[in-house]
Amino acid sequence: MPDNQEARDAVGDYKSGWNDSENSTIRFDFGLSEEVVREISKLKEEPDWMTEMRVKAYKHFIERPMPNWGNTSALSGIDFDAICYYLRSSEATENDWDDVPEEIRNTFDRLGIPEAEQKWLSGVTAQYESEAVYHSIREDLEEQGVIFLDMDSGLREYPELVKKWFCSVVPLTDNKFSALNTAVWSGGSFIYVPKGVHVEMPVQAYFRINAKNMGQFERTLIIADEGSSIHYVEGCTAPSYSTDSLHSAVVELIAMPGAHIRYSTVQNWSSNVYNLVTKRGIAHENAKIEWVDGNIGSKLTMKYPSVILKGEGSHAEVISVAYSGDGQHQDAGAKIHHLASNTTSKILSKSISKNGGRGTYRGLVTVSPKAENCKLNVVCDALILDEESRSDTYPTMEVANPTARCEHEASVSKVSDDQLFYLMSRGHSEMEALAMIVNGFFEPFTRELPMEYAVELNQLMALEMEGSIG
Amino acid sequence: MSVASDQPDALMEIVDLHVGIDGTSILKGIDLRILPGEVHAIMGRNGSGKTTAANVIMGHPDYEVEQGDVLLDGESLLDEDPWERARQGVFLSFQYPQAVPGLQVGNFLRKSVASIRGEESAKGAAFRNELNEAMDQLNIPRSFLSRYVNDGFSGGEKKRFEILQMMLLKPKLAILDETDSGLDIDGIKTVAAGVNTAVRGTESGALIITHYSRILEHVKPDMVHVLIGGKIVTSGGPELATQLEENGYDWVEKVSAAEEVA
Repeated sequence: MPDNQEARDAVGDYKSGWNDSENSTIRFDFGLSEEVVREISKLKEEPDWMTEMRVKAYKHFIERPMPNWGNTSALSGIDFDAICYYLRSSEATENDWDDVPEEIRNTFDRLGIPEAEQKWLSGVTAQYESEAVYHSIREDLEEQGVIFLDMDSGLREYPELVKKWFCSVVPLTDNKFSALNTAVWSGGSFIYVPKGVHVEMPVQAYFRINAKNMGQFERTLIIADEGSSIHYVEGCTAPSYSTDSLHSAVVELIAMPGAHIRYSTVQNWSSNVYNLVTKRGIAHENAKIEWVDGNIGSKLTMKYPSVILKGEGSHAEVISVAYSGDGQHQDAGAKIHHLASNTTSKILSKSISKNGGRGTYRGLVTVSPKAENCKLNVVCDALILDEESRSDTYPTMEVANPTARCEHEASVSKVSDDQLFYLMSRGHSEMEALAMIVNGFFEPFTRELPMEYAVELNQLMALEMEGSIG
Repeated sequence: MSVASDQPDALMEIVDLHVGIDGTSILKGIDLRILPGEVHAIMGRNGSGKTTAANVIMGHPDYEVEQGDVLLDGESLLDEDPWERARQGVFLSFQYPQAVPGLQVGNFLRKSVASIRGEESAKGAAFRNELNEAMDQLNIPRSFLSRYVNDGFSGGEKKRFEILQMMLLKPKLAILDETDSGLDIDGIKTVAAGVNTAVRGTESGALIITHYSRILEHVKPDMVHVLIGGKIVTSGGPELATQLEENGYDWVEKVSAAEEVA
């Protein structure tokens, strides 16, 4: 029997909420201006086209109004002048953990990254504040021509590839936060998988914000060439501070004909982090893109992983779970555009809210007039654990071709006393019983994660369930 | 400790139990003593308070105990939470087992055994053998383990799963709330065999709640109690079940009314 007292002692503890003392080597003043944008680019010794792209994006960010939908009151709480847009804590990106500054290495040790790397990963990149501090890839993959770099190194070493694909899926003017990311991006991953290469074990990126009032703007670009496959996993945590931080990433995926990209995220940001992320992929003929997206932490998340089904026979899947506790709002969902015939998509969204938390499913699926015989399947389930909590569903389908087959199911349920009593009668405390129900509810999601992640997620949820019973 | 010192120590004892829910009285003074190795049966019509009795012994939070006590091995259970009662050896086979989508049967069984019998009992080959043996005895296929707890189970599957849990959790006191209803004769025999294995010749006991005498033919209870309107109106040996089956509850009501007058 797990010791209940031990579990109870952890009540309310955000597991990853410690912080290191800040030892920055370069730290920008708070606030954003064209000068700051140019400084970041200069510091990174970037080609001119990138500098100009950043400046253009910055201008769009300034002009673009804040979204007038979603949780506008929470969004209006973001103070763009109180954010540090660039902070470097380590001189270089190392490929040996021993060379990473000790304090930072300890952080990743506590998060279990080096251990996971040895056991079950093909490659790892670890980002701390604005820059990657560690990066490595298995030699055999490198020999097969797989490129797995942090985005800055990617731009330095493969400028042509980056120039070709950067902003090709998420255009510069896509939305206010993606424009901000394009202006001040730093870190993230750059991946190219050559034709026919299958990367069997996942590669992982881990993003850690340590400093207060920090903005983290990583940029990820993954290109899977014809018939190749890759599974990319990312995790995110930050210390708990009373002031807010901003995480605004952009991820672009390109799946060439017959390629398969799976992108799994478990974000567990502390509850002072705004998590406003744009994730989008393009699937060419018979390609497959899957987003497996877990949102556990953050103050406000707005994230709708998207797939553009551009090639005939391509397939998209977005499986997401969201957990919203006290003071949290998870506004998540999916967007899929069927542009070609015989394309299929599946959206499964599961959300849990408790202690006044708020979960929103926001989904859009479109079928263009020329796309024949498409199949769409949308399932969204919400589980509400108490009277104070809230769940909203905004599913939209715009189908312009009559041959499409659409399925949509939605359910909202509550945990019943009889269900809890049944489990308690089998020797499980009320908290354990609730965790069993919640983990069961999330099971269709955790099943899709690598086992190590699934176990971690279940433990995380068990901790979150602590204290949720009066 | 039992009330009178000349009696053997009871495994479970119910003393003058009054129970209500939402202000309505359901049980109006019940007394019952089950000794180690004994099987008792409670029979009664729908609404007589049978399921309430089962739920109260297990600790359902909705019921209010107005008076009286429930003791296991001489210690009161009433202040204990349901999971503590389970860990002390009380088991309830539910009339309507609850579904938990996403919770795998195999996983759930292992966790429950770990919780009630200790981590060591839920590990390794010994546990697997025990599990396989119990499933074979109940004609449950191995594929059952990867299904979700009671999710999409037929009535018969739910009941078999309750008995499987009983066999693995090895309770001191097993309460079977209408486990026989909805089962065919083979199912009833299987359940009865499970109860006999769990109780006969052991220090454990069982309380079978039922409408019908059929299961009792296979278990042969030591005592049969008839519950009407929240009270035990008469108790007797196994023959009472047969008489009830032949004459109906009206007969018991008449007999007990006559006894009261006399």
